[in-house]
Amino acid sequence: MNTQIDMKWLKACRIEDAIENGGVCLKLNNEQVALFYFARRNEWYATQNECPHKRQMILSRGMLGSLGETPKVACPFHKKTFALDTGECLSGDECAIKTYPVKVENGSVFIGMTA
Amino acid sequence: MERKKVVIVGNGMVGNKFCEKLKQKINDLEIIVFSEEPIRAYDRVHLTDYFKISSIDELFLLKNEWYLENNVKIHLDDPIVAVNRLKKEVESQKGITVNYDYLVFATGSAPFVPPIPGIEKEGVFLYRTIEDLDLIKAYAAKAKRGTVMGGGLLGLEAAKAMVDLGLEETAVIEFAQRLMPRQIDDSASMLLQQKLSELGLTCLLQKSTSQLLGDDRLTGIAFQDGSSIETDLLVISAGIRPRDELAKKIGLDVGERGGILVNAQMQTSDPVVYAIGECALVNDMIYGLVAPGYEMAEIAASHIVGEEKSFKGFDMSTKLKLMGVDVASFGDAFISEPYARTILLEDRNKGIYKRLNVSKDGTRLLGGILVGEAASYNMLLQMVNNSLPLAEHPELLLLGQQSESKSASAGLEALPDAALICSCEGVTKAQICDAVITGHCENADAVKKCTKAGSGCGGCVPMVKDLVNYTMKQQGKYIRSTICEHFDLSRQELYDLIKIHELKSYDHVLDALGRGHGCEVCKPLVSSLLASLWNEMILGKGNDVAQDSNDRYLANIQKGGTYSVVPRIPGGEITPDKLIVIGEVAKKYSLYTKITGGQRIDLFGAHLNDLPFIWEELIAAGFESGHAYGKALRTVKSCVGSTWCRFGLHDSVSFAIRIEERYRGLRAPHKIKSAVSGCIRECAEAQSKDFGIIATEKGWNLYVCGNGGSKPQHALLLASDIDSETCIRYIDRFLMFYIRTADPLTRTATWLNKMEGGIDYLRNVVVEDGLGMGEAWEQDMQLLVDSYRCEWKVAVENPEIRKRFVHFVNAPEEKDETVRFDSFRGQKKAADWNVSTY
Ligand code: SRM
Ligand SMILES: Cc1cc2nc3c(=O)[nH]c(=O)nc-3n(C[C@H](O)[C@H](O)[C@H](O)COP(=O)(O)OP(=O)(O)OC[C@H]3O[C@@H](n4cnc5c(N)ncnc54)[C@H](O)[C@@H]3O)c2cc1C
Ligand code: SF4
Ligand code: FES
Repeated sequence: MNTQIDMKWLKACRIEDAIENGGVCLKLNNEQVALFYFARRNEWYATQNECPHKRQMILSRGMLGSLGETPKVACPFHKKTFALDTGECLSGDECAIKTYPVKVENGSVFIGMTA
Repeated sequence: MERKKVVIVGNGMVGNKFCEKLKQKINDLEIIVFSEEPIRAYDRVHLTDYFKISSIDELFLLKNEWYLENNVKIHLDDPIVAVNRLKKEVESQKGITVNYDYLVFATGSAPFVPPIPGIEKEGVFLYRTIEDLDLIKAYAAKAKRGTVMGGGLLGLEAAKAMVDLGLEETAVIEFAQRLMPRQIDDSASMLLQQKLSELGLTCLLQKSTSQLLGDDRLTGIAFQDGSSIETDLLVISAGIRPRDELAKKIGLDVGERGGILVNAQMQTSDPVVYAIGECALVNDMIYGLVAPGYEMAEIAASHIVGEEKSFKGFDMSTKLKLMGVDVASFGDAFISEPYARTILLEDRNKGIYKRLNVSKDGTRLLGGILVGEAASYNMLLQMVNNSLPLAEHPELLLLGQQSESKSASAGLEALPDAALICSCEGVTKAQICDAVITGHCENADAVKKCTKAGSGCGGCVPMVKDLVNYTMKQQGKYIRSTICEHFDLSRQELYDLIKIHELKSYDHVLDALGRGHGCEVCKPLVSSLLASLWNEMILGKGNDVAQDSNDRYLANIQKGGTYSVVPRIPGGEITPDKLIVIGEVAKKYSLYTKITGGQRIDLFGAHLNDLPFIWEELIAAGFESGHAYGKALRTVKSCVGSTWCRFGLHDSVSFAIRIEERYRGLRAPHKIKSAVSGCIRECAEAQSKDFGIIATEKGWNLYVCGNGGSKPQHALLLASDIDSETCIRYIDRFLMFYIRTADPLTRTATWLNKMEGGIDYLRNVVVEDGLGMGEAWEQDMQLLVDSYRCEWKVAVENPEIRKRFVHFVNAPEEKDETVRFDSFRGQKKAADWNVSTY
């Protein structure tokens, strides 16, 4: 796993900046990253902010939900949904979205990104 | 024992289907395919979609793995160049030789290229393969004017694609005196031409090309009548020629005008060699459609495994698949007096032409043509194909959808079990009903998975849907519409339960009544119910994340991710001072302004970060939210009424303002709109609204359940000559009844259409208080009216809510730098989607 080697934990925000059961957008490494706090499941996810469908910087404003056990986000524009854990598109054939690892330490949220 | 070998020449749609069918029937055959094209079989019928989709993957007919898993060997980019029939051996261009027990020609056809001087010029293209489309797309990027030679089905499709590719001018030239000469008649063609010109397509008829102009590159076309046009790009679509060159070379019999001659079992003059699809000449016909090709594949495959089936001819009915243009032709479209009776309907105003050809004794439908409205195509086609007896007044079949839908289930019932519903995949009515009854398929998608019906050209999908519903009803299955996987309840059940348990947030509702973690279906629905019941600020109690996107940010989202701002302007009345404030705010935040269709002003293109600041200024000037983003009351339009108008009976503006202020912010299953007109001239268009009020000599007439939108419907009279107080009481009851019982996202018109007993029942409930709920509903409504607060005022004043209106949490000052605008007529507009649409 080469990718692990140059991955860095970047400080994203404080826990209280995140939205319970919703998303916020972060500027990290000159990329827009969507951070989701799925409070109902006590899980954190981070993905690219861009929706691949019409390439809109929007997923952080999407709605969280579950499909069976899979956590997902629905894009506000045309309601395409993406799995938060794998990034896979759950509706139709849009390409998958990037996902990033998240950890929470001492009240801060960190996102793992390759430089 | 050595396995028998089948070699297939061509991996087009039919060759591919043949592999699939043969594999289904028998496993111990060796199958080897040679394909001239560099990629495996794709959906040529939807070739034009290639301009719109991101990758060709969507067009492949079978997954690559299918060939591997089924052990079907496929040689791409390697056509067969020679066949030795004595040795039963084929040779490919790359030099591979393979012997065969059976050889199948599925070589399809090629576009016919007329021998016109200049045809070799740069800028002249065909329209048959992915490669053709790649070439056209690349060339179109630098071309301004495009022309298609040939006004048939394919030519028109190609021409529409040119328009969509963004060519400034596109023309179709046709040799005959009408478009689609083989499918439709002159009158139909005239209407079609009119429709196409609305789409930006010019049609030049009776034009015979004499020469293509230009040096190396095409610059124009000269016609035999001496005229000429300029063009940079020409697509030839002047008919097809079967690819019989190889068959001819090896001595198989071919037809005089081309095509590999076959018998009803698809055997050529050499009994171990078959021909199927567009290269085959059967019954003196070349079938240029995919459905008969699939049938031929079935027959040849059956014959090889020893089943006896024969080709019995095929229906050539077709529907044009251009967005916004309905054209269909079925059965015997041209038969006329004295051999048949023709029934015509022509409405130039609406752009509808329909022709039905009925047998002379009036008992059977023989064929027909539909332009402008072809919803009944499937049913009419079934009537022809199954010789269904006609009712007494066949002319009723010409009328619009309404009468058809009433007779739809009668029509479905009359269809014999063997009626072919999906001709591409050969699926019958009986198979579809069986999928529903024993296969438990409860929607068209499930039926498609289970029977493949609808997976070909897709033309039969509406009929499959009808059949599914019809069969479910027959089964006595209650089509209970539960919300989603998280709530096994209908909307109305949920409404009552939330009310009884006094639940006030999405999470509480989910914990108490649902399971799992919610989704984009149940969250907005529950949020809407909570708002309808309690009218609390929708962004409170953690409910913000359960709101539909527009509600969550109290604004409509636009392309690019900016928002629009629509202040309420009750009744459409506004003072000059307030107009000035709107102008100033728009200037300050550089917003595009437009008068809406709802008599107010929309300001577009606001950054998320700016929304609270914009609203703060508007609120200070006395504006409030217009709820343009909510499933809520939108506008109450008014005409100027008796204060100025010489015909005005009452002051319609004052009443409209009163109504709008009463119901502002009211959340409902869908948006609700109203209007008040000062007299029967109806300048406010009240009869197209969810509830509309028109002044009479004695009071008001109240109309309900009208709708604009895609299926306009006039409102119906609920009560006449009532005074203002009674009018408001009736509206209270009407709205509460609607809010309580309508399905999610159902406008009042659709709600009424589904209501048993219709308007009479509704009148009984609202006016006669048949359910005894009148008073309770009036009280419920008064509670909502009294608890109204402007959402935007709450939002800008509450720091917790306000801080959500930023793009980056870790850089709250910064706006999303990817948002782009273009300047446009002195204002701005959202830049186009970030992806090319083709
Ligand atoms: C702005 C406006 C067009 C304009 O520039 O004039 C408009 C804009 C939109 N309309 Fe409309 N409609 C507008 C008047 C209308 C009217 C005319 C009217 O109200 O008199 C109609 C037909 C009347 C009716 O509703 O029966 C209308 C029928 C629709 C429909 C179809 C509803 C239906 O029952 O079939 C939709 C789709 C929907 O709601 O699902 C729609 C949806 C939309 C949406 C919300 C589409 C969307 O989801 O983004 C547009 C949002 C624009 C925005 O970002 O602000 N709009 N829309 C008009 C705003 C009026 C207002 O002041 O609030
Ligand atoms: C733009 C467009 C729209 C259409 N729309 C419709 C529609 O709406 N409805 C409908 O029913 N039909 C439609 N058709 C027609 C439909 O696509 C054809 O009827 C169908 O593809 C015929 O299948 P086929 O396998 O006979 O021929 P093809 O699909 O043409 O396949 C033949 C294949 O054989 C290959 N080949 C030829 N010679 C050799 C050789 N010697 N060795 C190896 N390979 C060889 C060819 O390169 C080709 O790949 C449309 C066609 C086009 C082009
Ligand atoms: S008609 Fe369509 S495009 Fe125009 S505003 Fe309404 S929804 Fe948008
Ligand atoms: S832009 Fe996301 S679904 Fe269309």
